[in-house]
Amino acid sequence: MSTASLNTYHNQPDESGRFGIHGGRFVAETLMPLILNVESAYKSACADKDFAAELAYYQKHYIGRPSPLYFADRLTSYFGGAKLYLKRDELNHTGAHKINNVIGQALLAKRMGKTKIIAETGAGQHGVATATACALFDMKCEVFMGAEDVERQRPNVERMRLLGAKIHPVTAGTGTLKDAMNEALRYWVTNAETHFYIIGTVAGPHPYPQMVRDFQSVIGTEAREQIIKAEGRLPDKIVACIGGGSNAMGLFYPFLDDKDVEIYGVEAAGKGIPSGLHAASLTGGQPGILHGNRTYLLQNDDGQITDAHSISAGLDYPGIGPEHSWLHDTGRVNYVSATDDEALVAFQLCARQEGIIPALEPSHALAYVSTMIGDMSADQIVILNMCGRGDKDLGAVLPMLDKLGRL
Amino acid sequence: MTGRIEKIFANAKAAGRGTLGVFVTAGDPNAATTPALLDALVGAGVDLIELGMPFSDPMADGPAIQAASLRALKGGMTLAGTLQIAADFRKRHPDTPLILMGYYNPIYIYGNDRFIADAVTAGVDGLIIVDLPPEEDTELCLPAKKAGLKFIRLVTPTSDETRLPAILEEASGFVYYVSVLGITGTKSAAGDSISAAYQQIRSQTDLPIVAGFGIRTSAQAAEAATLTDGAVVGSAVVDIIATNLSDTPQNGINNDIVQKVATFVCELTNAICK
Repeated sequence: MSTASLNTYHNQPDESGRFGIHGGRFVAETLMPLILNVESAYKSACADKDFAAELAYYQKHYIGRPSPLYFADRLTSYFGGAKLYLKRDELNHTGAHKINNVIGQALLAKRMGKTKIIAETGAGQHGVATATACALFDMKCEVFMGAEDVERQRPNVERMRLLGAKIHPVTAGTGTLKDAMNEALRYWVTNAETHFYIIGTVAGPHPYPQMVRDFQSVIGTEAREQIIKAEGRLPDKIVACIGGGSNAMGLFYPFLDDKDVEIYGVEAAGKGIPSGLHAASLTGGQPGILHGNRTYLLQNDDGQITDAHSISAGLDYPGIGPEHSWLHDTGRVNYVSATDDEALVAFQLCARQEGIIPALEPSHALAYVSTMIGDMSADQIVILNMCGRGDKDLGAVLPMLDKLGRL
Repeated sequence: MTGRIEKIFANAKAAGRGTLGVFVTAGDPNAATTPALLDALVGAGVDLIELGMPFSDPMADGPAIQAASLRALKGGMTLAGTLQIAADFRKRHPDTPLILMGYYNPIYIYGNDRFIADAVTAGVDGLIIVDLPPEEDTELCLPAKKAGLKFIRLVTPTSDETRLPAILEEASGFVYYVSVLGITGTKSAAGDSISAAYQQIRSQTDLPIVAGFGIRTSAQAAEAATLTDGAVVGSAVVDIIATNLSDTPQNGINNDIVQKVATFVCELTNAICK
C-alpha cells in the first residue's frame, strides 16, 4: 500500500467495491442484477435531498437521535486514568445501533418499490430493528436466525414476532449468524425479483459494506461534534466492539482522517485465541471469500470456513466487514480482543458503576478499555461506543455470573 | 485441436439429440466411491461430468447438495483430493469432458495460479465457479481461459437482455442456463420458460446452451435436452446417494450407490437418446 494513496481514508471503496484487496461482488449470477440495482438506487438516493431529509426526520423523531455522549464519571474514577465517555447508542429506539442502518435501507427499499424484506440476525438486534421498520413502513418481514441464537436470544425472538415478523430458525451448520446469512442469501436467490435484503452489518457484496457504513456513520459524526463541544478537542482513543463491525465502522469512519485519534476495534476472543474457540477474524484468520466479499475469515488450510465461538451472539461470526480488513492491513485501526470471561466482568462492572446494563457486545469493548485506560493520564479522553443494551442477554449472563461466583 | 467439450456437443448434434451432464460431489459418499461413480456415469452414457468441489458454505445450493458437501468434507475431502480424483479419471477416460464446479474460496486459498496449473495438468476441461460473476473476471476467469480452461457461465431467470452481454462476453465451453429462480434441487423447471430463455440466449451467442437446476426426472431431462442443447441433473443423483448411505464402508466403495446411480442415469440417457 503506497502512502500517497493514504492522504485520506475516506476514498474507499473504489468503483468495483474494493477496500484495498477486500470487498468486491462475489455472488451468484442470479443476484448480480439485484445488487447492481441496489447500487444505482443507493447512488441516486445519496444525491437526493428529499431522501436525506426523510432519513434525518426518522433519525430525530423515531430513533431518538442524536444519542447522548455521556461522561462516565464513576467508571472514570474506578479506572483512575483517562476520562471515559460513552456514546449512548443503546438509548436508540429498539435498544441498539442497528436501527440507524435499518431505517436507511428500509427507506431505500421503499424508494425502489419493494415491500417484502428479508434480514439475517445474530443477537436479534438487527432482526428486531428490521421488524420494527417493517411495521413502521407496512412491509412484510422475514428474519433468518440461527437455531442456537433463537434459544439464547429468546426475548428478541418474541419481540420480532410481536412486531409481525416471520422467524426462520436455521439449523444448518452451527445454527449461528454465518448460517443465518447463508440461508437469507439462498432465500434471496429464490425470491430475487420481489424481495429486498436488509443486511445488518458492514459486510456482504458491494454496495452493502459502504451503504451500511454510511448509515451508521451518524454515530461518529455526532460523537465528534459532541466531544468537541464538551472538551474542546478530539479524543485520544475511540473504542468499539466488532463482529461484522457496523457499530465500529459507524464510530470510526468520521475519525479516520484525524491522525492523532487512536482507534481500537475489539474482537471476541471467546475462550481465548490459543483455544481456537473465538470469533477474532483479524487476529486468527486470513483473507478469503464468503458472503459476497473478500475479507479476513476464520478458515482451515483447505479454505473451509470454521466455526466462530463467542458468548455474544452478535459477535459470533467467522468474518468481518471488508473495510475493517483494509484498515487492519493499512494499520490505521488497532484490532485487539477480549474473552468471554473478560466481557462478563465488564458487563457487571458497567451495571454496578453506571447503572447501565450493556449488551454483551459492547461489554467486550469495555473489557478492553479496562486494560488500558488506567495507564492513561487524567487529561486524556476515551470514547467507547455503547452500541446496545443488555436486557436481551440477562438469560445467558446471570447463570454464568453465578457460576463465576460474582452474584 | 478440437476440445472434448466441443466434440461432445458436435457429436450429439450429429446424432440429433441433446447432451446429458451429471453432477456429483467429490468425496460423496466417500473418497473411494467417487471414482467408481464417475466410471459408472461414463458407462451409463453420460456426455459430460460436473464434479463438485465441496465447500462448507455453498450459498447457491439447496439442502441435498449442502449435505453432500458436508459428507465429503467430514470424510476428509479437500481441493487437492478433488484434483487427484480428476487426474485419475482423465487417465481412465480420455474423452469425457470433466468440469469442476464449486465456490471460489477453496481455490483462492489453494492459490489461483497453482489451481489453474494443477487443473490443466489433471485434464480438467472447464470450471463453473458460482460466486465469480463477470465483475470479478480478473480474479480467475481470465487467467484460467489463458491456460486453456473453459469458464462456463450461469445465465439465470434474472439475466435480462441488458445483463446477458456482460455474462456472455468471456463465457466459453457452453452456457449453463439455471432454469429455476433459486437454489439447486428445490423446484422444477417449466418447459415453456426454458424454451423462451433458450431463444433469448441463442440470439446473443453461438455457444451450446444447457439447462440445469430443477431437472429431476428422465422426462424432464429429455424435454430440457430437446428444448436446449443439453440437460444437467444434479440433486436427483445426489438424493440417491443420500438415501443409500447405510452400507458405506469406511474406506471402500459403496457398490449399492454405484449400482443405483447407474440405473437411474441409464434411464436419463435412454430418455434423451430416444
